[in-house]
Amino acid sequence: MKISTLKRHFKEGAKNLIRNSWMTVAAVGAVTTTLVLVAAFLMLMLNLNQIADNIESDADIRVFIDLSAEEDDIDELGQNIGDLNRVEEFYFSSKDDELESLIEDLGEDGEAWELFEQDNPLNDVYVVETYEAEDLAGVASTIEGFSNVDDVDYGSETVDRLLQFNQYARYIGITFIAALLLTAIFLISNTIKMTITARRDEIGIMRLVGAKNSFIRWPFFVEGMLTGVIGAVIPIALVLGGYHFLYINLNDRLNFQFVELLPWNPFAWQLSLMLLAIGAFIGIWGSVMSVRKFLKV
Amino acid sequence: MIEMNNVYKVYENGVTALNGISTTIDNGEFVYVVGQSGAGKSSFIKLMYREETPSKGQVKINHVDIGDMKDKQVPYLRRSIGVIFQDFKLLPKLTIYENVAFALEVIEENPRKIRRRVMDVLDKVGLKHKARFIPAQLSGGEQQRVAIARAIVNNPKIVIADEPTGNLDPDTSWEIMRIFEEVNASGTTVIMATHSKEIVNKIRRRVIAMENGQIVRDEHRGEYGYED
Repeated sequence: MKISTLKRHFKEGAKNLIRNSWMTVAAVGAVTTTLVLVAAFLMLMLNLNQIADNIESDADIRVFIDLSAEEDDIDELGQNIGDLNRVEEFYFSSKDDELESLIEDLGEDGEAWELFEQDNPLNDVYVVETYEAEDLAGVASTIEGFSNVDDVDYGSETVDRLLQFNQYARYIGITFIAALLLTAIFLISNTIKMTITARRDEIGIMRLVGAKNSFIRWPFFVEGMLTGVIGAVIPIALVLGGYHFLYINLNDRLNFQFVELLPWNPFAWQLSLMLLAIGAFIGIWGSVMSVRKFLKV
Repeated sequence: MIEMNNVYKVYENGVTALNGISTTIDNGEFVYVVGQSGAGKSSFIKLMYREETPSKGQVKINHVDIGDMKDKQVPYLRRSIGVIFQDFKLLPKLTIYENVAFALEVIEENPRKIRRRVMDVLDKVGLKHKARFIPAQLSGGEQQRVAIARAIVNNPKIVIADEPTGNLDPDTSWEIMRIFEEVNASGTTVIMATHSKEIVNKIRRRVIAMENGQIVRDEHRGEYGYED
């Protein structure tokens, strides 16, 4: 396409927005409302994902080895664990290591445990990591069946519940976002349809003098895109401002619960770009849909 | 050359508009299409610029069957045909200049060429001095001249006019006919559906008369032949 033609399309698209200013306000409003909600859902979902990732990467299985196990038994157990195909890696942590890290973790309270250094009551431990957090339960129960295993622990309850919650949240979020986007597309296409009747003659004449359908469609394409991009401005402002506020005020408090929000920079920017793209996409889709039926030859 | 070969047109509502039409129109001819309302004149004409497609039979322009034509090809066909209507179909918010230039812009003609060609053609129809006016500031006859300018601005091989003088008084009609004759004299085929007995009987050309979707008469230098 020639530059002059492209310029014409942009001029026409922008002119149409101004010419039908009330309809523009309605369409932009539809995009804005939708994107604010979409932004809220995306923010929630992406953060939940992040939390899930944290849990997943933190989660491991601790295999407590029988106190009576000999060195050979321990080696054999290690071999058995290593043979499991869902196991990503594992390492041995002797009871002395365990005690040391316990004392460290507990800080001042840990000093009391120093007494045990002479006669360590803890088990030797294998720490096992799986490829996926979903594999934890299966691998744990398999290992439980091996000999010389005293106990297996992977924080089953918490992890399972969090993972499940996260899964539901993801499904619900995606469903809501999809429904919102469809609604917005529908609203935009209807709004533009109302303005199109006025442009019917113009389209008719364009076709009569031999304009290609793509040529007729372009200004609508531009118009939809501009509608979407303008509609994204307020949601982006809300995301940039709102998330900054949340991040500053919430993140410190949440940190104690091993939960961390996605950092404001670059997350808020990424989300803003995403909103811009979604806005342009629904704008274009809505407007191209509305013009389709006027283009039959 | 336009050829129609046993063409039928039956609309979705069951109305048969054309009932076995066969005819040939050579390059450079001037043809009147006459007949009462509902005789099938409009359908006959619409087939030529593929506003309609035949239900049966063939419509060929320069040996290309335009009924079979892919939708993508249609714009290119229409660039070789200028169409003029009784109600002008100008865009009310655009100036006269813009209305004519529009036809070249949408086929992505070079902007410099557009300016020259539009002014040339406005000169030809005698409206160069009103290029900056909008349609509402012009009389009916002038508006029709703008529509003709738009139809011929890209030098089409065929000009099709559907009752172009239907809304105009006699004096203005003669002006319009003078332009059509000039266009025809330059080698362009002109096909004009009309109800004007005076015009057909005075400017004698080929007459295709239609009744009930059929051609009932086809005469060179023919007469109108109906009593309105």
